[in-house]
Amino acid sequence: MSAAAGPRDFPAAAKRALGDAALQQALGNIPAGFQEKRKNAIARLPEWDALVDAATGIKNHTLEHLDFYLEAFEAKVAAQGGQVHWCRDGGEARAAVLAICRGAKAKRVLKSKSMIAEEIALNAALEEDGLDVVETDLGEYVLQLRAEAPSHIIAPIIHLNRDQIADSFLEAHKKYGKSKRLDSARELLNEAREILREKFITGDVGVTGANLLVAETGSAVIVTNEGNADLAVTLPRVHIVIASIEKLVPTVPEAWTILRLLARSATGQDITAYTTFVGGPRRASDTDGPGAFHVVLLDNRRAEMLGSGFRDMLRCIRCAACMNHCPVYAAVGGHAYNSVYPGPMGAVLTPWFGGIGNAAHLPNASTLCGRCEDVCPMRIPIPKMLRLWREKEDAAKLSSRRGRIALGLWAWAAKHPFAYRLGARIAARALRRLSGGRGRIARLPFGSAWTDSRDFPAGQGDTFQGLYARRGR
Amino acid sequence: MRAGLFVTCLVDLLRPSVGFAALRLLEDAGCDVIVPRNQTCCGQPAYNSGRRADAKHLAKATIEAFEDCDYIVAPSGSCAAMLRIHYPALLADEPDWAERATYFAARCHELVSFLVNVRGVTSVRARCEGVAAYHDSCSALRELGIGKEPRRLLGCVEGLTLRETGDEQCCGFGGAFCVKFPEIATRIARDKLAAVKRTGAATILSGDLGCLLHLAGTASREGVEISCRHVAEVLAGNLDAPAIGEDES
Repeated sequence: MSAAAGPRDFPAAAKRALGDAALQQALGNIPAGFQEKRKNAIARLPEWDALVDAATGIKNHTLEHLDFYLEAFEAKVAAQGGQVHWCRDGGEARAAVLAICRGAKAKRVLKSKSMIAEEIALNAALEEDGLDVVETDLGEYVLQLRAEAPSHIIAPIIHLNRDQIADSFLEAHKKYGKSKRLDSARELLNEAREILREKFITGDVGVTGANLLVAETGSAVIVTNEGNADLAVTLPRVHIVIASIEKLVPTVPEAWTILRLLARSATGQDITAYTTFVGGPRRASDTDGPGAFHVVLLDNRRAEMLGSGFRDMLRCIRCAACMNHCPVYAAVGGHAYNSVYPGPMGAVLTPWFGGIGNAAHLPNASTLCGRCEDVCPMRIPIPKMLRLWREKEDAAKLSSRRGRIALGLWAWAAKHPFAYRLGARIAARALRRLSGGRGRIARLPFGSAWTDSRDFPAGQGDTFQGLYARRGR
Repeated sequence: MRAGLFVTCLVDLLRPSVGFAALRLLEDAGCDVIVPRNQTCCGQPAYNSGRRADAKHLAKATIEAFEDCDYIVAPSGSCAAMLRIHYPALLADEPDWAERATYFAARCHELVSFLVNVRGVTSVRARCEGVAAYHDSCSALRELGIGKEPRRLLGCVEGLTLRETGDEQCCGFGGAFCVKFPEIATRIARDKLAAVKRTGAATILSGDLGCLLHLAGTASREGVEISCRHVAEVLAGNLDAPAIGEDES
């Protein structure tokens, strides 16, 4: 992937992905790894649908009164000695994080996995300023060694296999005196742990994301399965939470309603190994914790989204169920999207952030099979929003000229039944002739988009309407 | 009771035998079937391509063509879902049409679910030797909640053994998707064909011709020995025509 690659490159990137044997093998783990586990977790919870309704209602209510809850959250953070930084866009958020790091005379920044950090390209900005940024989530750590982007929002290295990771470790860990190529996942994990432990102890600032922000308590909720976020929160002198404004929920019980859905929908766990509520700097009575607590709150056009046809997307809790059940994601993986957010939710968000002109392929790269909406624990109507993007694409005449002409001709005929019936009969006969009695056509004139990759069934030589009329009924 | 047969554009152009099978099944279920001559397409290609104005035009034309029917029945989950679910949404902002679309939508049904749920059909008299897997189209399964109905009627077909792939996976057709991203579409189809093969089935039956054309075309190109048929042909015992995309000999 070149640096300039973007969602415009989806068709070519998707073709490459289809031919990448290692990637295809890795993607083959999705059904057993995610779909089955999620299904089983939900089967164990009879109140699932009621929980989904409740969580959807909580988010709708919060979004309806977002201004109120944001200010309540800020007041609570301030009362605990923390500080909220309001950031309109990625540039302001990066500047806020940088200013905090500089103020703390930081050299090393510990990062726990954060999609908002990806959204605003935080690492590059920090590194440019001379900071040593250390990803502490194992998957993100591997990506950092390989200088790759995540290909999935909760399983960032789902595209890699163990051999590739072992190669990366061998190469990157030489400088720590490690020269043995490791074979087992356990050995790889232990080596990463040993190296990261030293970094944890010497980190100055911890940057984490937040799965939820609780207005009532001014706290951030962070879920992980590795406990790395907890170390990144408690060991450094400064903790920065970087989160977007739609992460708010009113109260702790409401946070729990959503947390009960999150892990089940994401990984099929009842709850993640670590669920941590943090807020404010260390108090006199605390035995550990950071000396300073900051929340960098990012808008990045989310407030504008509230007033758009994409408002429902703000309920998204980033569980990744949509991509875990998407036939297109399963075929090409996350990198083909060349976007921070891949899969169905990404196909809605990417045009919003980057413009439909740059990302029109993504809302089209869906069969509209509806499984994303079906599995969404926040009842987000993703297919409806993909259609809305297609409308915007059509209105701006961004789709291919050839496609628009074809659709225009078809639409004209469909609006004129007599012409349509005649045209269809002529087409039915022509198809029969083209098939030469074989029942199918291997090369269809003007239809290579179909016949380059499959045969075209030729039909039966006449239309239903034609045959029905001839039957004299 | 007047049932209007919404033939669907794909059946009209590429598989009239499905239309005649549907006609027969509806008549056997006691319906007085009419086939409005002015029907063309439900408008889904326009709707899913972001051409809302065209979609609205075709929705109105379809509603008008079938206005005098007690029921409107389509041998397709995809078109039935368009009529039943998307027409009211599409026309909700037009005061003259919103109520009409809602009243129309409530009378629209997919063929097999109509036979079972509205007409109370519990069995069919048909024969079809072989082992088949039923493929749920995404719109039938997820938009209309159809699944038990076709399996129930296919269970009555003499000589037919029904197998399940156990997944809810899309076949990769997706309308315009399958020509915009043909390599992805056929890759998804190959997975579906492999899943069917693993069950031991030699035939795929489905209620949607779009899925079947895509699957049959992929199977023959890839040399996978699976034949594809619309469920209506099997239920009507109308097996004279060769399976989709197959040789006429």
